[in-house]
Amino acid sequence: MSEAGAAVHAEHEREGFVRHYIFSKDHKMIGRQFLFAGLVMLIVGGLLAMMIRWQLGWPETPLPITGLFSEEFWDGDSWLAQTLPYGTITSEFYNALFSMHATIMIFFVVVPIMVGAFGNFLVPIMIGARDMAFPTLNMLSFWTAVPAYILILLSFFVPGGAAAAGWTSYSPLAAVPDYLGVAGPWGVNLWCISLIILGFSSLMGSINYITTIVNMRAPGMTWFRLPLIVWAIFIVSILLLLAFPVLTAALGMLLFDRLFGTHFFLPEGGGDPLLWQHLFWFFGHPEVYILVLPAMGVTSEILPVFARKPIFGYRAMVYSMIAIAFLSWIVWGHHMFQSGMDPALGTAFTLTTMIIAVPSAIKTFNWLGTLWGGSIRFPTPMLFALGFVFLFTIGGLSGIFMASTPVDIFIHDTYYIVAHIHYVVAGIIFGIFAAIYYWFPKMFGRMLNETLGKIHFFLTFVFFNLTFFPMHFLGVGGHMRRIYNPLHYEFLEPLQGINVFISVMALCLGASQLFFLANFLWSLFFGRRASENPWQANTLEWTAPSPPPHGNFLTAPVVYRGPYEYSSPEVAEDWLPQTRRVEVASAGGHG
Amino acid sequence: MSETATARLEPFESPLTPESWGKLGMWIFLVGDAMTFGTLLAAYGAVRFASADWPHPADVLGINMTAFMTFLLICSSVTMVKGLSAARHDDLAGFRRFIGLTILGGAIFLGLQAYEWTHLIHSGLTLSGNPWGASLFGTTFFIITGFHGMHVLGGVGYLLCILALGWNGKFNGHNYHPVEIAGLYWHFVDLVWIMVFTFVYLL
Ligand code: HEM
Ligand SMILES: [Cu+2]
Repeated sequence: MSEAGAAVHAEHEREGFVRHYIFSKDHKMIGRQFLFAGLVMLIVGGLLAMMIRWQLGWPETPLPITGLFSEEFWDGDSWLAQTLPYGTITSEFYNALFSMHATIMIFFVVVPIMVGAFGNFLVPIMIGARDMAFPTLNMLSFWTAVPAYILILLSFFVPGGAAAAGWTSYSPLAAVPDYLGVAGPWGVNLWCISLIILGFSSLMGSINYITTIVNMRAPGMTWFRLPLIVWAIFIVSILLLLAFPVLTAALGMLLFDRLFGTHFFLPEGGGDPLLWQHLFWFFGHPEVYILVLPAMGVTSEILPVFARKPIFGYRAMVYSMIAIAFLSWIVWGHHMFQSGMDPALGTAFTLTTMIIAVPSAIKTFNWLGTLWGGSIRFPTPMLFALGFVFLFTIGGLSGIFMASTPVDIFIHDTYYIVAHIHYVVAGIIFGIFAAIYYWFPKMFGRMLNETLGKIHFFLTFVFFNLTFFPMHFLGVGGHMRRIYNPLHYEFLEPLQGINVFISVMALCLGASQLFFLANFLWSLFFGRRASENPWQANTLEWTAPSPPPHGNFLTAPVVYRGPYEYSSPEVAEDWLPQTRRVEVASAGGHG
Repeated sequence: MSETATARLEPFESPLTPESWGKLGMWIFLVGDAMTFGTLLAAYGAVRFASADWPHPADVLGINMTAFMTFLLICSSVTMVKGLSAARHDDLAGFRRFIGLTILGGAIFLGLQAYEWTHLIHSGLTLSGNPWGASLFGTTFFIITGFHGMHVLGGVGYLLCILALGWNGKFNGHNYHPVEIAGLYWHFVDLVWIMVFTFVYLL
C-alpha cells in the first residue's frame, strides 16, 4: 500500500509555525481560520444588535457604560466620547448600528462560516480528496478576505462613522455623501470597497469548490452518493459565482457616483435610483439562498445520524436545491413591490415567490419524513438542527404572507419584515451552531461539553423566539423598521411595552451565548479527546483521524454506497460507512 | 478485487485529468467575469433607454479606428491559437513568434485606446460630463471601455509571463495547458470587446 505510506509521510511533513497556522494552504487550517474570523465578527455583530435593542427599548437612555468614565472623558474629543456622547446612542450612530449589524451578519459571519469554514473543511474530506484543487488560491482567498474584514471594522472610526444607509444602501440616499448628514463620506465608501474586495475572495472560493467537487471525488463517489452538504456547497458556489459579480459591478457604480460625480443612480443626472434596487436584489435574493442552503445541508447531514435512519428522499432533496437555485433568479421583484412597479409585473413576482416556497417545503417535509419512526437521540447538534427546521418553517410561512402584494403593501418596511429576516437568517445561526457542535470533534480533535451545549441550546431557543416572535405583532401594529426612536411617534406609544419586552429578551439571548463561548474556548484546549467517529456516522470525514492529518486519509478511501445508510439490514451495526464493502452471498452485489 | 479498486486513485467519474483542472478553473473565473461585464452592459442599456438626449455613438466616437482595433484583437486571437498550436507541436520558434505577435496586438490596441481616450477628453467628454447630451454617455463609455482595457492590460502582462516561462521550450506536446488557459482568457477578452463594440459604438 504505497498510497498509505505516502499519506503517513505527508502527516509527518514538517512545517514552520507561519506556514502551518498563518499562510497555510491546507483546506482544514483555512477552514479553521474562516471559522475564527466569522465567530469574532459574530460577537461584533451581536454587540451592535444589543445596542440597537437598548436604544429601542429605552430610547436615548445612556448605555450602562457612562459611569465607567469620568466627566472630563465625556467632555473630551476621544472617538468614544464623540460617537456615544455621555453613553447615549445618537441618531447618526443608530443608523450605522443597524446598517453594520446586517452587513456584518450576512457578509462577514454567515457566508464565511458556512461556505468559508465548513465548505473548506468538509468538501475535500467528504468527497475523499486530499485537499482542494488549488491550495494556493485557497490561501489567497482567505488572505483577500482579511483586508475586507479590516476595512469594514475600520469604518467605524473614520470621520462620520460607519455606513449608515442600511445594508441595502438604497440610492439616492447612499449615492450622495451629503444626504446621510454625517461628517464624512468614508463610511459608505469603505463599505463599498470592503464588499468589492470580499467579492474577489468569494470568486476564488467558487473556483476552488466547483473544480474540487467536479474533479476530485474519490473512486466510487458518484454525484448521487455525495453528502447533501457537499451538494449544498456546490450549488451555493455556483450561485455566488453568478450573483456576487452583479453586486460588485453595482458597488463600483455606487462608488463612482459618490467619488467621481457620476449619476448612475441619481435622477438629476439622468440616472435611475430603481436601477440600484434591481441590481441589488438581483444579487440579493440569490444571496439569501446562498445563506440558507448550507444550513439546509448541515441539517440534512445531522438528522439522519441522530434519527438512525436514511434521509427521506435524497434525490428530492437534491432536485429541490437545484430548483431553488434556478428560481432564486426570478423572484427579486418581491423586494420592490412598494418601489413603484407595474401591477402585472408585481403579480408575476408574487407567483414566482410562491413557487419558490414549494421546494423549500419539500425539504422541510423530507426532514420530517426522516424523523418519522426513527430512534431519535438528542445531543446538542441534533437539537440545533431541529431548532433550525422549526425556525425556518416559521420564517418560510411569514415569507408567503409578504409575497402577496396586497399584504406586503401593509407590512412592508415594518417589524414584520424584521421578524421574517430573523427567523430565516438568524435561524441560520442555529444551523451554524449545529455544524459547530457536530464537526468540532473532527476539526479540533476534542468534544464540546454536552451539558453546557444543552443549556446553550435551550436558552438560545427560548430567548430567540421571545425576541423575534413578538416583532410580528409590532409589524402588524405599524411599527416601522429602521427608526431611531419609537417614542417620537404617538401611535407607537402603546406598543412600547412590547419593545421593552423584546429588548430584555434580546439581552438575555446575547448573554446566553456566553455558555457557547466558554464551552468553545474551554473544549478547544481541555475537552475530552474525540475518537475517530464519535457520532457513528457514515460520511467519509469520520473515517479519518480526529483531527485529520495533512492529506486527510491514512489510506485513500474508496466509496461503495450512499452517505445515509443507517439501520441497514445488511450489517449488524446501525451505521454503514460509505467506505465499507459488504460481501453479499447472492449475485449482483453492487452496493 | 478491492486491491485493484484502491489502486485507482484518479477521480472516479470525472473525464478531466489533473492537468486540465486549471482549465476548468479559468472557465469558472470567466463566467464570473462575464457576469460583471453583463451587469455593466445591462446598466448601460437601462440608462440609455431611459435617456432622452443620448447622442448617436457614431457622431461622437470614431468608428473607423475602433473597427480597426476590433480587427486587431481578432487577429491577436488567431495568433494566440497559432501560438498554442506551435507549442503543442514542439515548435519553439513558432511559439515565440505567435505569442509575441499576440502581445504586440494587445499592446497596439491599448495604445490606440489611450489615443482615443485623450482625443475624446480633449473634446470635452469626461467621466461625468458630455457636451453632446446625457452625461451618463461619458460615464458608461469610460467605465465600460476602461474596464475592458484593464482586462487587455492584464492579458498582455499574463501573456508576457507565459512567453517568459516558455522562452526556453518549457511548453511542448506534453505540457501546454498553461498556454491553453491563457488563450481562454485572451479569447474571452476578445469576445467581450466585440460585445462592447456592438453595444457602445455601433448601436
Ligand atoms: C419560503 C420562502 C420565502 C419567501 C416566500 C420569502 C419572501 C420574502 C419577501 C416577499 C420579502 C420582502 C418583504 C418586504 O420587504 O416587503 C422578503 C424579505 C426578506 N427575506 Fe425572505 N422569503 C423567503 C425565504 C427567505 C430566506 C430563506 C431568507 C434568508 C435566508 C430570506 C431572507 C430575507 C431577507 C433578509 C429579507 C429582507 C430584506 C431587506 O429588506 O432588508 N427569505 N422575503
Ligand atoms: Cu427575496
